[in-house]
Amino acid sequence: MVSQPLVEVVDVIKSFKDVKAVNGLSFSVREGQFLALLGPNGAGKTTMVEMIEGIQFPDKGDIIIDGKTWHNHEEEIHRIIGLSLQETRFTDKLNVRETLSLFASFYGLGRDRVEEVINLVNLDEKRKSYVVNLSGGQRQRLALGIALLNNPKILLLDEPTTGLDPTARREVWSILKKLKKEANTSLILTTHYMEEAEQLCDYIIIIDHGKILKEGTLDQLLITERGKKILEFTLKEEGIKPEAFPDNNSFNVQWDMDKQKGNLELIKFESQLPKFLNYLHTCGLTLENMEIRKLSLDDLFIDLTGRHIHENE
Amino acid sequence: MKMNKKYSQLGQLLISHFKEIIREPGIIFWGIVFPILMSLGLGIAFTQKQEVIRKVAVLETNDSAVLDSLLIIYMSDYADTNRMMTIENMQTGNTSFEFIPMNWHDALIALKRGVVNIIIAENDGKIEYRFDPLNPDAQLSYTKLNKYFITGTPVIIENTQNIQPLTLKGTRYIDFLIPGLLAMGIMMSTMWGLSYGMIEKRSKKLLRRMVATPMKKSYFLISIMTVRMTMNFIEAVLLIVFAWLVFDITIQGSIPALLAIFIAGNVGFAGLAFFISCRTAKTEIGNGLINVVVMPMMILSGIFFSYHNFPDSLIPYLRTLPLTMVADGMRSIFIEGAGFDQIVTPVAILMIGGTIFFSFGLRFFRWY
Repeated sequence: MVSQPLVEVVDVIKSFKDVKAVNGLSFSVREGQFLALLGPNGAGKTTMVEMIEGIQFPDKGDIIIDGKTWHNHEEEIHRIIGLSLQETRFTDKLNVRETLSLFASFYGLGRDRVEEVINLVNLDEKRKSYVVNLSGGQRQRLALGIALLNNPKILLLDEPTTGLDPTARREVWSILKKLKKEANTSLILTTHYMEEAEQLCDYIIIIDHGKILKEGTLDQLLITERGKKILEFTLKEEGIKPEAFPDNNSFNVQWDMDKQKGNLELIKFESQLPKFLNYLHTCGLTLENMEIRKLSLDDLFIDLTGRHIHENE
Repeated sequence: MKMNKKYSQLGQLLISHFKEIIREPGIIFWGIVFPILMSLGLGIAFTQKQEVIRKVAVLETNDSAVLDSLLIIYMSDYADTNRMMTIENMQTGNTSFEFIPMNWHDALIALKRGVVNIIIAENDGKIEYRFDPLNPDAQLSYTKLNKYFITGTPVIIENTQNIQPLTLKGTRYIDFLIPGLLAMGIMMSTMWGLSYGMIEKRSKKLLRRMVATPMKKSYFLISIMTVRMTMNFIEAVLLIVFAWLVFDITIQGSIPALLAIFIAGNVGFAGLAFFISCRTAKTEIGNGLINVVVMPMMILSGIFFSYHNFPDSLIPYLRTLPLTMVADGMRSIFIEGAGFDQIVTPVAILMIGGTIFFSFGLRFFRWY
C-alpha cells in the first residue's frame, strides 16, 4: 500500500536580499518515514524547515502538510506537528516539569502526558532542575520532549545534536530510534553530521546552496559508487606538499597539507594497490600507515562539491 | 480511570511568568528592596536636622598675619576656637563656619571639588568674598558671613522668633519623595520587566517556539502584563507600608483615586514598553531603547526634586511626560488630598496613550 505523502514540498524558492537560500527544492515525506536534509552550514536547511514549520513563507512554490497549506489552517497544522528549533533557550528559572507543563497546556494536555514525555526523553532525575542548570544534551532532550508532547504526526528537528558530545548525541539518537520503532511519526531532520543521517534516516537529501545535489536511501546514494574504496595514508617524511605527488594515470592523490594525510579512491584495489606502493617508491616517499575503507556519505559529499561538509567551521 | 486533569493555558502562562519573576533574586532586589533603600537613604539625608558645617577657604598671602589679624578683629578668639564660628538658631538649626587657611591653588581645587563654596581674602584691610554668584548655597554662606562677621564673637545667637518651622505631614521632603518613587517604580518595573523580558524571549527564540504551538497569542500577552501589574502592585504596597512605618507617611486623598492613577500609569507604561519591544531581538538594542525612554523622564519629571527648578518655558512640556503625570497625580493624592476630579485628565491621557501605543505595538509585533 502506498500511503499519501504527509508533507509535500513543491518547487520552493526563498530569497533573502540577493541570496537564494532555497532554490527550487521539491520532496515529500510519507507517514512513518524519517528524512534527512543533509548539508553544510548555509546550505538552506534551516530556511527550508522553517518554511515547513510555518515560521517563514516561500517566495514561490507550495508546501502541503497533511493535505493543507499554512494559509488558513494554522491551528490545525500546529496540532499535528512537533518541532525543535536550532538553539531555543527555554526560561532559565523554570524546571523541566514546569516547562513541559506550560507547553502541554498549549495542546490541552495534562499531567499524564507530561510524565510520559519526561520518561521518554530520560529526564526523570532532572524533572525538578531549572533549565539553566541542565547540560547541553539535557536541554536538547527537553526540546525534543516538548516537540513530542502532542504525539505529532510530523516531527521537525533542526540540527538536534549540533554542539553535543558523542554520548549526548547517541542519547538523542536512541530516543528517535525508539520513536521510529514504536510510533508512526514522520521525521524531517536537518543535520550536517553524515553519521546522524546514516543512523536515523530512511531517505537522505543532500543539499547545498539551496539545491538538491543528490537524494535517495543510503544504499541508493552509495550504490553508484559500489566497489569504490578509499585509501587513506600517512608518510614518514615530514612537511610534504601536494606537489610531491606528480600526475598519474591510474589514481589521483588528494593530499591534506595541514593534517599531513593523503587519500585516493580505488576502484579495483587488488591491482591498484601494488601500483600505488610502487608510485610512492618512485616519488621517494615512505609509507607510514594506511587504511582502506568503504565509501561514506562524507566522501560522497566531497565528490559532489569538492569540499568537506565541515569546511566552514 | 485515572484522573488526568488538563492544564489550562492561561493558568500555566500566568504561573510560569510569575515564577520566572519571583525566582530571580535580582528582580526582587531592584523592584522591591532598592526603592525602599532609596527612600530610606534620601528620606534620612533630607529630613534629619543636624548641625551644618560650612567650610570656608581663607586665602593665605605672604603675610598671613594680615588676614589673621583681620579675622581677629572681625571675630574675637578666632585663633582659640579652632577657627570656628557658630550661629545658633533654634528654629532652623545651627550653622558653623570653619575657616581653613590655604593658598590660591588649593582653594580653587577645594572649590571645584565642592569642599568649600566660598573663598575669603583680605584686600586693602577689608574682607573680600569670592564665589560663584549662581550657586545659591554660596550666596547663603556669603549672606550669613557678611552679616555676622562684624559682631566679633565666635558664637552668635540668631533671633528668628518670626520663623515657624513647617514640619506638618505632607510638607516634608519625604512626603514629596515617596509618591515620586512610586511613580518611578511603575515606570522602571514596567519598562524593564515587560520590554526587556519580551526582547529576551525573542532573542532566545523562545517566543517563536511558543507561537509554533496552538498557544493563543492573546493569552500570552494578557498573562505577561497581568503578572507585571501584580508585581508592580506588590512593590508599591510594600513601599507605602515601609514609608508609613518609618516616616509616618499617610495618604491624605482618595485611595480609589490613587488606585486609578496607579492602573492608568501601568497601562500607559505597559503600552509604551510593548511598543518599544515589538520588533527588536537584540537585548543590547533593547537596553538602549529602554534607556532612551526612561532616562530623560528620570531627570525631567521631578522625581527627586521639583521640576519647577527648570526654566518656566519648559514646564508645560515637562508636564506632558507620562512619568510627570503619574508622579504629579500621586503627589496630589498623597499630600494635597486630591480625589478623582483632580486626576481624571492624566488618567484618561495615560489610558488612551497606553492603548494607542499598545495597538501600534501589536500591529508591528514580531513573534518570529
